[in-house]
Amino acid sequence: MTDTNQNQAISNDVLKDQAAKLESLQLQVSALLGSRVLAIETFRNELCFTVNIADIPSILIMLREDSGGAFTQLSELTAVDYPSRAQRFDLIYQLLSVTYNRRIRLKAAIGDGEVAPSVSHIFTTAVWSEREVWDMFGIFFSDHNDLRRLLTDYGFEGHPLRKDFPLTGTVETRYDDQEKRVIYEPVSLTQEFRDYDYMSPWEGVQTAMRQDDPKPTEDSE
Amino acid sequence: MAEAQIKPLTMNFGPQHPAAHGVLRLVLEMDGEVIERADPHIGLLHRGTEKLIEHKTYLQALPYFDRLDYVSPMNQEHAFALACEKLLQVEVPRRAQFIRVMYCEIGRILNHLLNLTTFAIDVGAMTPLLWGFEEREELMGFYERASGARLHAAYFRPGGVHQDLPEGLLDDILDWTNRYPAFIDDLETLLTENRIFKQRTVDIGVVSLEEALDLGFSGPCIRASGLPWDLRKTQPYDVYDEMDFDIPTGKTGDCYARYLVRVEEMRQSLKIIRQCIAEMPEGPVMSEDHKVTPPRRDEMKTSMESLIHHFKLYTEGFHVPAGETYTAVEAPKGEFGVFIVSDGTNKPYRCKIRAPGFPFMASIDQLSRGHMLADSVAILGSLDVVFGEIDR
Repeated sequence: MTDTNQNQAISNDVLKDQAAKLESLQLQVSALLGSRVLAIETFRNELCFTVNIADIPSILIMLREDSGGAFTQLSELTAVDYPSRAQRFDLIYQLLSVTYNRRIRLKAAIGDGEVAPSVSHIFTTAVWSEREVWDMFGIFFSDHNDLRRLLTDYGFEGHPLRKDFPLTGTVETRYDDQEKRVIYEPVSLTQEFRDYDYMSPWEGVQTAMRQDDPKPTEDSE
Repeated sequence: MAEAQIKPLTMNFGPQHPAAHGVLRLVLEMDGEVIERADPHIGLLHRGTEKLIEHKTYLQALPYFDRLDYVSPMNQEHAFALACEKLLQVEVPRRAQFIRVMYCEIGRILNHLLNLTTFAIDVGAMTPLLWGFEEREELMGFYERASGARLHAAYFRPGGVHQDLPEGLLDDILDWTNRYPAFIDDLETLLTENRIFKQRTVDIGVVSLEEALDLGFSGPCIRASGLPWDLRKTQPYDVYDEMDFDIPTGKTGDCYARYLVRVEEMRQSLKIIRQCIAEMPEGPVMSEDHKVTPPRRDEMKTSMESLIHHFKLYTEGFHVPAGETYTAVEAPKGEFGVFIVSDGTNKPYRCKIRAPGFPFMASIDQLSRGHMLADSVAILGSLDVVFGEIDR
């Protein structure tokens, strides 16, 4: 018993320590970025700053060059699609500082057809990441030297990771014996694509989330 | 005499070439035998993993991670399981954490064995491959005994591991860790001081630390450039913070340094595996929170509640609180990250997979410029690329 208590005390200390570190990082970065920060979100010990898409290149340079920031690595550049929003995409920049061993995330909203400033001249790793985002979401980057499609087929149409792109795709290939080559055809499904809605009509969400409750009402009967 | 126009020769390397490590089409612009520009065409193994995951429950999404870097499947499941646990805030029992760490290290050795030996065959040494695969076979046997599958294990689940280890497995693994150092020594006698191997790798594909950071390198490749950066130490997960091991680093950042780092990493992995076996506690291997993990089989036969849990879990799946997380683990190739956006339902809204091999592949142009054609093969081998994870 004492052992688990001790462990709990230690993990509480660790949590407090983490929270304090996160807060100081948050203060430091917000001081650095000033009014360019639109919103700050902390979730599960991860820090996320929402900024304007136009500010992204200057912010990345600032965060990299600042000796207290030293975010020298862009570990991830990706996008998320929210079709119902006015500006439907979020561009996500995940930064890592190996000097101070910490990460932050930048988020910037961008609409369909709008042009994002490229950061490929700031972080070389962004060259391919931006190609991938262009390929998958159709977000165009200005000042990118080589914005070709990356992962999809030669001559592919559409942007697969948009929510309105069907999971089955639009074309399928087969080898045609007469033409002696692989040909493209529109997808024909022998059975309509089935995407079941498994969401419980009962109050599944609340009970699943309430972990401290030993006996959820639904099961007690 | 009129000036002759010299057009660089364009050459296709792959998509079907044994040294391409999978399906890579490398379009090379050559000036004689010197590479002027390398343009990798990837995506030939693109299966739309991220799109598929958006249409699957969290539990159904997990096996896709085996199919990314199929050389070390469990390490990637680990990243996804950790991300889910972080969002769900589920505690993982200690025994499960030890089992996971042990299998991650087995996965690391599996990966390095394949990489080092295929790297050797790329530069002309055939024997290591034949020897190495014999050892890999034994390790995959350990995978099979724990999970039932040699490759696509689906063993790490959110909340723990799927089932407990069978009797006698730990003894066999311990026995193997005692035999394995002799193999590493043998491998080193074949390669480390081998004149041909060194001629092919020393000073080839040099990456300075600054370049490595800029290119998004991680794992053995950044350590070979001199940065002691290892997520197992710097951002420990599970019980890595209790493990005693060293991080080998290189000085030169060339292909040879990357080779040396990997060899030493295998020895360190053995150390971790031995510690895991020695300190492996008894207890459950799965969280007891049955809203997330399946109930025990015998309980299902007698308890209505367990039956309901089982049914709900395997049809509807568990619901993950809304939010987003970027969780990264030190996979054998480098930082393997999972960025999950959850909207509170039973399926991920978006799941981005950060594969360590992706930036490596992107750097091929920069690394192989000015090198000979044969060196591009050595560079490719030393970077350790697997197309399952690059193309996703």
